[in-house]
Amino acid sequence: MLKIEKIQKSFKQKDGSNLQVLKDINLDIKEGEFISLLGPSGCGKSTLLNIIAGLENPSSGSILVEGNEISGAGSDRGVVFQDAALFPWLNVFDNVAFSLKEKGLKKDEVERIAIDNIKKVHLSKFKDSYPHQLSGGMRQRVAIARALAMNPKILLMDEPFGALDEQTRLMLQYELQKIWMETKKTIIFVTHNIREAVQLSDKIVIFGTQPGNVKETFEVKAARPRQMNKGYLVHLEDKILDILKEEIEKVMKEEMGDEYNFEESSLPWDPTRDMGSNI
Amino acid sequence: MIWEVIYRLAIWPQILFPSPLQVWDTLYHGFVGGRFIIALQNSFRRLLIGYAIALGVGTFLGLLIASSKLIDETLGAFILALQSIPSIVWLPLAILWFRMGETAIIFIVVLGGTWNMVMSASTGIKNVDPTLIKAAKTMGVKGYKLFFKVIIPASIPHLITGMRISWAFSWRALMAGELLGSGQGLGQLLMWARELGNMSMVISIMIIIATLGSVTDGLIFKPLENRVLERWGLNSNN
Repeated sequence: MLKIEKIQKSFKQKDGSNLQVLKDINLDIKEGEFISLLGPSGCGKSTLLNIIAGLENPSSGSILVEGNEISGAGSDRGVVFQDAALFPWLNVFDNVAFSLKEKGLKKDEVERIAIDNIKKVHLSKFKDSYPHQLSGGMRQRVAIARALAMNPKILLMDEPFGALDEQTRLMLQYELQKIWMETKKTIIFVTHNIREAVQLSDKIVIFGTQPGNVKETFEVKAARPRQMNKGYLVHLEDKILDILKEEIEKVMKEEMGDEYNFEESSLPWDPTRDMGSNI
Repeated sequence: MIWEVIYRLAIWPQILFPSPLQVWDTLYHGFVGGRFIIALQNSFRRLLIGYAIALGVGTFLGLLIASSKLIDETLGAFILALQSIPSIVWLPLAILWFRMGETAIIFIVVLGGTWNMVMSASTGIKNVDPTLIKAAKTMGVKGYKLFFKVIIPASIPHLITGMRISWAFSWRALMAGELLGSGQGLGQLLMWARELGNMSMVISIMIIIATLGSVTDGLIFKPLENRVLERWGLNSNN
């Protein structure tokens, strides 16, 4: 379905040197799969998503959707961004209908598809509201409906729930699972939240940093809809955290220099504990 | 009240400092007699023509500047310099180019409103949220459609603010132009009243000018701007 072959990406820095952000990424994604790209910030997972979306060009390598190499952005790949990126001058209905009108569909067709997708995210009551009148979670739902309305083969999500509070996030994770089961879309989901990845995915791709590379891939074989804190999922979370620890430490050291030491700061430390000087 | 008190104190002779009642009387007769109305019509015609040209030219140049870095660094810098010239300074040239009269004053009004509009339009377009453009691209929108359906609407808050400030600049330029130029507008009426020593007329016209300025801003531009800012989610009050 989606084949990512030997993707490399480097940016030219101001001093003329090249910063490599992605190194030799190979992925094979099956139709209807829910894949999470998981890694610490700065590992290039969002860059990879942008490349798949066609918003950025890779330095080398190719991306094939159903055997055809992509060139630029296209409506076969819908994207949901971290900040919903809705058009503030359009109401919910017009936002969702935007791509349909662009395609030149007939008016009643546009209306049917748009309303259908707004229903899918339970926002029928708000179809005439403007983005500024909605909460963060509702905006994100509109963004999902907007992406689904194009009926893309692949849905790309770039930390879509990253800016939301915990309750809203859980609600939307649950709803996303339902939408995914109904529509059977292929979803590529970028996140830095381990629990979120474990909750949602069939497959988790763990990214290493500097340069970004695929460190390990996990299959999550648990029945859906999933519930939190089931033994297997918790066990998996721990396993992933162990792998990521090393990467997080690498990033922290890069940012803070030698002042930072992951092992040291993870020592148990109790503010009431004194060295006996108060006896 | 204070006005009346100063009048009664008679610091200046009555002719130079009329009482509120006299001014009210002049205002009333000016409007009933039609003299103010003709002057207003003339002034507004010039203002609207000049303002419309300023908006059009300003927005167009703003688009040009925002579309290319090279144009920004050349034309943009030049316009920034032009912006610091009060538009009335152009009057001597305008009189030579267009003769004394209607066109010269409209030219001054255009120059008064244009530069600010250029700057507003170009900053508006440069500051469009890049994710909005990305989102539009993923929906298969590109080229001129991307420009008209996404970039322009997204920069409307800046454009409205630009329009509001340009209106104020054009209004000032119009008054300056009319004071020095010829024809039958509010400014000329003011100069004419000064020459006749009719201070109550001068003050009446000043009151008209102040009222018009605040009414157009308060009734048209401010509410429009607020509505746009709210719709675009830029209003800090909510």
